[in-house]
Order: sequence, then C-alpha cells, then structure tokens
Amino acid sequence: MTDAAPILEMTGIGKTFPGVVALDDVDFRMFPGEVHALMGENGAGKSTLIKVLTGVYGIDRGEIRLAGRQVRFAGPLQAQQAGVSTVYQEVNLCPNLSVAENIFIGREPRRFGAIRWATMRRRSAELLHRLHLDIDVTAPLSSHSLAVQQMVAIARAVDISAKVLILDEPTSSLDASEVEQLFAVIRQLKESGVAILFVSHFLDQVYEIADRMTVLRNGRLIGEWPVAQLSQLELVAKMIGKDLSVLEQLDGESKPDLATLEGGQPVLEATGLGRSGAIAPFDLTIHAGEVVGFAGLLGSGRTEAARLLFGADRAERGRVSIAGKPTALRGPRAGMANGIAFCSENRRAEGVVEDLTVRENLVLAMQAARGWARPIPRRRQDELVAKYIAALQIRPADPELPIRNLSGGNQQKVLLARWLITEPKLLIVDEPTRGIDVGAKAEIQRLVVELAGGGMAVLFISAELEEVLRLSHKIAVLRDRQMIDQLANGAGVDVDRIMRTIAGEAAA
Amino acid sequence: MIDVSDPRQATATAPTPTVRPRRYLPQQRHLPVLATLTLLATMYGLGALNYTGFAQPQILLNVFVDNAFLLVVAVGMTFVILTGGIDLSVGAVVALTTVCAAVLLREGWPAGVVLPLVLLIGTTLGLLMGLIIHFFDIQPFIVTLAGMFFARGLCHLITSDSIPITDAFWTAAAQHRIRFGDGYFISISVVIALVVVLIAAFVLAYTPFGRNVYAIGGNPQSALLMGLPAGRTRIAVYTISGFCAALGGVLLSFYMLSGYSLHAQGMELDAIAAVVIGGTLLTGGSGYLLGTVLGVGVLGLIQTIIAFQADLSSWWTKIVIGVLLFAFIILQRLVTRRRG
Amino acid sequence: MSDTHRRLTGLVRQRLFWPVLILVVLLVSNLFFTPSFFSITVRDGHLYGSLIDILRASTPLVLVAVGMTVVIATGGIDLSVGSVMAISGALACLHISGLADQNSVTGVLFAVVLALGLSVLLGLWNGALVAAIGIQPIIATLILMVAGRGLAQLITDGQIINVNSAPYKVIGAGYALTLPVSVLIVVAVVTAAALLIRRSALGMLVESVGGNPTASRLAGIRARQLVILAYVFAGLCAGIAGLIFSSNVSSADGNNAGNLIELDAILAVVIGGTALTGGRFSLAGSVLGAVIIKALDITIYTIGIPSQANLLFKAVVVIVLCLAQSSAFRARLAGITRRGGPARPPATPPGKRPDGTGGGLPQQAGPAAPAEAEVRA
Repeated sequence: MTDAAPILEMTGIGKTFPGVVALDDVDFRMFPGEVHALMGENGAGKSTLIKVLTGVYGIDRGEIRLAGRQVRFAGPLQAQQAGVSTVYQEVNLCPNLSVAENIFIGREPRRFGAIRWATMRRRSAELLHRLHLDIDVTAPLSSHSLAVQQMVAIARAVDISAKVLILDEPTSSLDASEVEQLFAVIRQLKESGVAILFVSHFLDQVYEIADRMTVLRNGRLIGEWPVAQLSQLELVAKMIGKDLSVLEQLDGESKPDLATLEGGQPVLEATGLGRSGAIAPFDLTIHAGEVVGFAGLLGSGRTEAARLLFGADRAERGRVSIAGKPTALRGPRAGMANGIAFCSENRRAEGVVEDLTVRENLVLAMQAARGWARPIPRRRQDELVAKYIAALQIRPADPELPIRNLSGGNQQKVLLARWLITEPKLLIVDEPTRGIDVGAKAEIQRLVVELAGGGMAVLFISAELEEVLRLSHKIAVLRDRQMIDQLANGAGVDVDRIMRTIAGEAAA
Repeated sequence: MIDVSDPRQATATAPTPTVRPRRYLPQQRHLPVLATLTLLATMYGLGALNYTGFAQPQILLNVFVDNAFLLVVAVGMTFVILTGGIDLSVGAVVALTTVCAAVLLREGWPAGVVLPLVLLIGTTLGLLMGLIIHFFDIQPFIVTLAGMFFARGLCHLITSDSIPITDAFWTAAAQHRIRFGDGYFISISVVIALVVVLIAAFVLAYTPFGRNVYAIGGNPQSALLMGLPAGRTRIAVYTISGFCAALGGVLLSFYMLSGYSLHAQGMELDAIAAVVIGGTLLTGGSGYLLGTVLGVGVLGLIQTIIAFQADLSSWWTKIVIGVLLFAFIILQRLVTRRRG
Repeated sequence: MSDTHRRLTGLVRQRLFWPVLILVVLLVSNLFFTPSFFSITVRDGHLYGSLIDILRASTPLVLVAVGMTVVIATGGIDLSVGSVMAISGALACLHISGLADQNSVTGVLFAVVLALGLSVLLGLWNGALVAAIGIQPIIATLILMVAGRGLAQLITDGQIINVNSAPYKVIGAGYALTLPVSVLIVVAVVTAAALLIRRSALGMLVESVGGNPTASRLAGIRARQLVILAYVFAGLCAGIAGLIFSSNVSSADGNNAGNLIELDAILAVVIGGTALTGGRFSLAGSVLGAVIIKALDITIYTIGIPSQANLLFKAVVVIVLCLAQSSAFRARLAGITRRGGPARPPATPPGKRPDGTGGGLPQQAGPAAPAEAEVRA
C-alpha cells in the first residue's frame, strides 16, 4: 500500500503569528493509499499545519511538495483543484443551502450555464447512498442532525479530492455506527490510492484506522512512527511529554456507596419532566455529593434533559423540587437562583463571549446573578479570578487576555470556572471534555471527583462511556429522546452492560 | 476510548441515522413569502371593500407603474442583502443618475449616448464600493453610507435646482403606454422592471453565481473554505446593486421627467423595507426575489390606500405608513414564529 | 484600575489614534485660513472662539452618538433618533408657545419634562419591539423613524413653531461658568453615563449581550432589561439633543430637525471604534467621532469649500478615515503581502451572525488576530 515516493512532502515548515510560534521546523509526509494520523495536544500545531498546507495561511519557512512538484497554494480553492481537500472539525458548509447544493456548489452540473438541478439531486443522492446515507437531499442542511451534516461534508470532500483528503476531527459528532461507515469509506479511498490525513483525539479510532502517525508538541515535530510501533501509553506520553497515570489513578479510587449518598433529601428531584420534541417525561433524583452520568447515543436527548433541569428550556410537563420545595424553572435565572449551574456543550455558541477578557468571562454568571446595579468589587474579582485560574490551571494565566486567544481546552476551563464561582449545589456539565487534549481531560475529570467529594451534586454528560463509568455513582441511560433506565454504578456495570441497555436488551 | 453505541444496533435497524428536523421543514422556507402574499391579498381586499373604484385591476397595475423604479432598485438590494450586506447608497445613486441624465440631455447629448453612460456611472460606483468593502474589509454599512454621501454630494455639486428633461426619447418613454385587454395599460418601465426581475430570479436560482450569493450569506467562512469565490461574488453584488440603482434612476427620470438632487430621498430605506417585507432575512442567506416583488407591492398598495383615503394630510400619511409597516412586521413575526 | 489603564492604552494605540489625528489635522488646517482659529476670548464672562463654536455645534450629535453607542453595543441600531429629536423639540415649543407667559420658568421646566418624558416613552417603545417582540432593530426603529417624523409634523401642524422664551433659550444658547450650557449638559450626561456604565456592571453585561446573546442568556443575564434600557437611553439622549437644537433657534421644525442625524451618529460610533455588530464599546470614541464630524462641517465652511460640496468632502474624509483604521489597508500599504498575514476569511467571528443590525455589519477589521481560538492548535 505504501508507494516508494510520498505524494506529499512538507519540509522545514515554520509559521509564526504575532507573539506565537505555531510551527517550528516541522516535517511531514504522506504516501498514497495510506492513512496518516496527525497527533498532538491542543496548541501543538495540528490545525495550523493543515491550514498552511491548504493555503489558508501562508508559510514563513519551508517548502511543500505535492507529487514531487513544489507547490504553494493561494487558498483552499487552489488546493482543492490540485487535489487536496479538507473536511474540518466544524461542519464548514452552508446551513441555509440544500444538501445537494452543499455537495456540488462551486462545481454544479450545468447546461448552457444554467444549473441542472435534477442532475445535481440525483448525483448527490447517489454519492450519499454510497455512504449509506439516504436522506432528503433537497432539504436545507440545517434540517439534518450534526452527524448527517458531517457526512455531507465528507461526501463533498470525497467527491472532489483525488490525491490527499484531510479529515480534521471528523468523528467528534459521530456515534460508533457512523464512525464505522466513515471508516469503510476511508478504506475504500485507501484502496484507490488516496492519501488520508486523519486528525483525532479518539486514540482508539486512530489505532483502528491509521497506518502511520506523526506527533507534534508545542509546534515541533516529535517523530513519525508506523502505528504498530507505538503503544497508546507511549503515544500519550510523547504527546504530553510526560507519563500519564492520572487517569489510571482515578480508576483505582473507590467511590462512596450509593446508598449512603442517597440517604438524605435530594438536591433536586424531577418527576415526569418533559418537553415535546425534546425529551419524553422522565424522573430523576440527584443528591449532594453524587455524580449522576447521562449515557446515550448522539441525539438521545441528554442535552435536552439537562437543559430542562437547569431551566434553559421550559418544561411542558412534570415538576421539579429543589431541596424538597417545588420550583418552577422558568429560565436560566431561576435555575441559578436555586443553586444550579449549567455548562453547555457548545462552548463557542453558548459559552464563550469572545469580546470579553478571561476575567470578565469568569465572573459573568456571578455578576449576572447580582444584577447590573451591584458590581462585584474589583478586589474580590481579582481574588476569585486568581483562585480559579490556579485551581484549574488555566493557561495563559493572564486574566486580562481576550478569551479568544486561549485554546479550546483552556476556554472550556474558563467556562467551568464561571459556574464554579457561583458555588452551585448542582453542577451540570455537558460534554466538558470534548475536543480537549488528554491532559486537560484528566484535570477536568479529577475536578469533578473533587467537587463531588466536597458535597456538590454533579450531572455529568459525555459521549465517552469510559468517562461516564469512571466518574458516576449512578448512570441514567437515554435513547431516542427517552430516559430508559438508571443503573447504580458498581460491579457488573461496564461499557458492555450500558451498550446493551441502550440496545434494549435486558440486563445479563 | 469507545464512543457510545452498540454496533449491533447499526445492523439491526435500517442504515439511516434518525433524521430529526432541527429548525425548518421544507415548506417552512416559503412561509415568509406566503405571509407577504396573504397580507397583500388582505390589504387589497380591505381596500376593495372600503373604497369605490379600488377593485379595478388598473389600480393594481398602477401600483407597479408608479413603483417600477423602486422594484428595480429593490432587486439590486436583494442581491446585496442575501449576502448579508447592505447598500445605503442606492437612493443617492438614483438621484445622481437623474441629475446626470438631465444635465447631459440639456447640453444636447443624444439619448443613445446618455442612457448607457449614466448606467455606467452607477455601476462603476457600485463596483468601487464593492472593491473597498472586499479588499479593505470595511463594513458595507459604512462604505455604502459614504457612497451615499458621495453621490448626493456630487448631485449638489452639479446642480441645486431641478432640471426638466425635454428630450424626445425620454418623453416618449415616459408617456408611452402599452395597452392590452379591456383598456388596461402599463408603462415601459414596468416591462423593463419585469425583465430585470425575471433575469435576476433566473440568476439567483439557476446560476453558480446566484447560489454563491446564498452561500456567502449563509456562512461566509464556510463559503471560503469550500473554495467559493467569495470576494468576486461580494464585489459583484454591489456592482449589480449599483447598476440596478442606476437603472432605477433612469426609470425615475422617465417618471418625473426631471433631474433633481433631492429625488429619491430615503429610497434606500424603502428598498430595504420591501426586501424585508418580502421575507428576506437581513442576516443573509435566505429569501426569494418573488418576496421582494410582493414587498414592493405592499408598499405601493399602502400608498394607494392612502391616496384613496383622500383626507389624509401628508404627515398622517407617514404615521399610517409606520403603523401599517408595524402591523405587517408583527404579522410576519407571528407567522414565522410558528415554525417553532 | 490597572486593566482599565491597560485597556485604555491599548485602545488609544489602536482605535482612537487615527480619529484624534484626523481631528488635529482638521483643526490645524483651519488655522491656515483663519489665523485666529485657535484663539479663545472671554467676553462678558463667556468663552468665545471657533473652537467653542465647534463644541457647541456638536452637542446634539454627541448626545445622539452616545445614546446610539449603547444601542449598537447590544447588537442593535436606532434609526429613529432624528425623529425623536424633532418630536422632543416640537412638543416643548408647542407647550411653551401655549403658555400665557413664555418666560415662566415653571412653564419651561414642564415643557422640558414633557418632551423628555415622551422621548423616554418612545425609547421604551423601540426597546419593547426589539427585546420583547423580537423584531430586528433596523426595522423596528425604521417604523418609528417614519411614523415619528409624521408625529412631529402633526404636533407642529406642519408649521414652524416660534417661541420667545428666555429660560428656554438658555438650554441651547445660554452660558454658565463661562461655558455654553449645552456643552455643560453634554458633559454632565456623558460623565453620568460613563460613570454608571463603568462603575456598575452595566458595561460588561451590555458588552456580553452584544457579544454573544445566547451565552449571555445561559449565564443568567437579563438581556431583555438591558436592551430596553439601551433604547430608552438612546431615546432620552435624542430628546435632550432635540431640546438643545430647538432651543438654539428658538423654534421647532417638525420637518427638518434631526434630519439624517442618525447616519452621522452611526458614523461617529464607527469612527470611535465600536463595532457595529455589538460587544465592546467606547463612549469616549463616539464623543470624539461626533466632534470630528462637526469639525469637518465647520472646516469645510471656513476653508471656503462651497456648501454644495459639503457632502462630497465628508464622504472622502469618511473613506480616508475608515481606510486608515482598516488593518487590511495598512497592511497593503506597508507592502506586507496578505499571504504572510493571518487568516484571509472576513472579519466576522465564527458563529456570530448579528440578529440585530444584520445587513452587512460584520466586526470592523481590528488588530489582525485569528478569528478562532482553535487556530492555535
């Protein structure tokens, strides 16, 4: 499968932004018909390398050779025409256009200059069918789920690209069956000689699909290895530059007995809480010091249920009692007033206020609760900010930086801190570790355990079952907008058991 | 780290992931235009009930005779707004066109030269604004505002009085009536406007350029990353808007048979209102040209109703327009909110 | 406050530098034509001079611009300020002209309260449309712009209402403590607003609402309240401006008062460095922007450019200013190729589609920073 001559060779790449060296003398090469994984923590330079390759950024030093010829693309269009296509982590399509259009825009089938819509629809349906996706190609892209949108993006890139296909975190919104579909397509492409650049935080997936991997750290090349040569532990060690046994530590720690936790009055008790179109009526109790995990497929209703518990959406059915008192959660303010905090999964759209500094983002919820007329005294702000920056290891540690300058992982920590400052009784975190490097992930998980140990009730939502299992005392399983079961964590409850619950089989 | 799922489920069920419409169903896209159509019909109906002579078809035709220039301008504005931009200069360019035409015709230039020349002027202005907006990354609001000042300023510089147009071609175009049916008529301007609308609708629906316009309005970053010629498209829509404004100016000069620096004051807001009433979102990416046509119809019908309600002083007119606009926007809001 | 100082320095270095420069250039260029331009004399205990004239002439615009700034910071816009100005002046003059004694201070005070009360109400109306009903600001305020102009004409019955009231004249044309009263009013209003905004959490919360409305709601910010407050403030400022304007000429013209002032105000806000999409705002910048625009008007007059060329000249200066502020322009000028610079995509931050102003108002090209944090990866 590996040709003698690489299809892509990047040598000595250097790229600097004002104040930051993003890439420093990085080499990278790809052979036709192989899947090459690009590994590294957030901030390591992976995205920059890709954008430099496709011409979104110019390079300061080094050279790029495609099929032996030196190239310097002026932009993604030129790169595409030369055979280098990219599918980014964010679905970079136009949500207002139809699926068919998104696949073909820029190269629509035409007759005498006019677009042939019927042909376009037919061809896109065929393309998607090959990806085992049979959807309405005339519907606007936004009417489909995020996973489907991602597949459409991949279909577009796959249809265009001939030589190199770059997949930047393509599976972050896909469930396992969709990932398998994707991998099947990737394997097909491998056979036809396409070189595939695969960037992902999911180490298991990388080991499953990739042939070779390159590790970057802090903008520098650490090395290139065939996948078989490096174990997961070794890989992680190279990525973060030290041994990582924190996660294993957490696994080993014992959790308090569920019965002890559920002795007293619950912090929150929901009965028959539901909202049509979002989540079927469900019951849930959460006690102080308890970590409740939500497990379920993408689209199963985890976020929707959590939003009802906070008041971000108004429930249409059911009741909520906080510390025994029936409460109407009419909005986020009601949730906050009752000691609930909600850290959204969509940090860019629903969390980060880019215009503001780190400090302002940190104190935002606390200030909002006090109203505009009672500003938090500056000294208190400084104290709190310094405390949480240290506690969560937010980097860079400068509170006056605009938050947009921080990496995704650090932004997530700022958002978490925003809610922790309000000292909630119940903290709801939705996918707090998504798209975050391994080191930060471990920190956040450790934090959750600490908080629960200190008496906070935590609702932990994650797509990674291991995470949910590691942290939760009780696991609620959701499927298709319904809460179908609640399991006490303990012996006999493992990933397999949960998956079977989701599949609808009775407990073993 | 295994992501959550049971591989067996994938094979057990059909290989189609659950498609859950998030925001719109296909028909929902057409709701705003349908709402406009309903309102138009309602207004017409109310007018027909309340005023004698209102129900004559010629009245409806007159709406377009009297607003053909606005329709052309609004078509250009539609392109710009679809990309998420705005063009505040159109009124000024209309006035500039009338002034240039009037002055040149008065100097004895032949109509055959004046007509393309004034069209060129407006188009060039649009092109310049588009270039500045794109290459220097300055907000369209500001650039077209400056363009408005510039064009109006040029008008004032050229002449402070109204200049009548007496050229034969112009007067012929102004007075010619195309008759059909049972004594109904329209002006040439209406035909020109109709042609412009049809061409524009075709471009937006059937050409790559038109689809690029929607793409840029939907998500500019994505459009760029998808390799679409965002820059060229953006420059082009402002050029088109400039051309439409110039053409609108020509049609206005037919209508008024004069060139005056105070013509078309506030026409840009009329055009924007027509586009918005027609259901196009100001944020871009969504809307139909038919909506704009209906929007112009609504504005024109409002004026007609006021004309029939003859006892309204000119300031009551403004209040009534404001109220009707308000009522319409509320209605549109209610209807589209039901999208849920 | 260390961060305010740091922010101030950073701001000055970036945004205000060019406006200040332009203002200085404008004022200095006047010197060539009127050597006594900078001279300020004291007569009857009042300060006189061209500079004072500029300050006086700019007072209505400064007020309107300040009000507009807060509205724009929430991600909105207010096109109705001109009409509100006209209504305010018209109502005050109507009341005063109906008084038995036009010089009665209580009568004048009542007229002022009436006018400002209505202005606040109109601001409330705008705020309700935008915040409670959810209409796009440009359309919502367009309605009042049109209907309001009609209302102003209704109040004046299409005529110009003349008043002969000494107390009323003080507002726009009077002097106190050697300075024009109108300037003092503006200083008071702007100072009060600045103190309120920056001392309380108003500034930060408004910037948050404008910067990311969804995140702000989830963080528990009462966005609705803040937005309504912003429009009420803009209405109030327009009302005061209307009083100053009409008092200055001792009459009310429902037709022409405040005509097109909203455009000048928006221009002032942009010159001052506030992004039209909302978020971070600068009151000082808007004040500066407004003064520049008026200085421009006066400069055009003093250096002898015919008044017909006024608009044209203004357009050129605006373009020059915007180009100067555009980092893209500066980059090209300095010969740095775009390839060596940061990301090419337009300056709109990802996911930020302003729901308020919409219509082509992406964030002004500020310091060329990569738009997404993920870029660092």
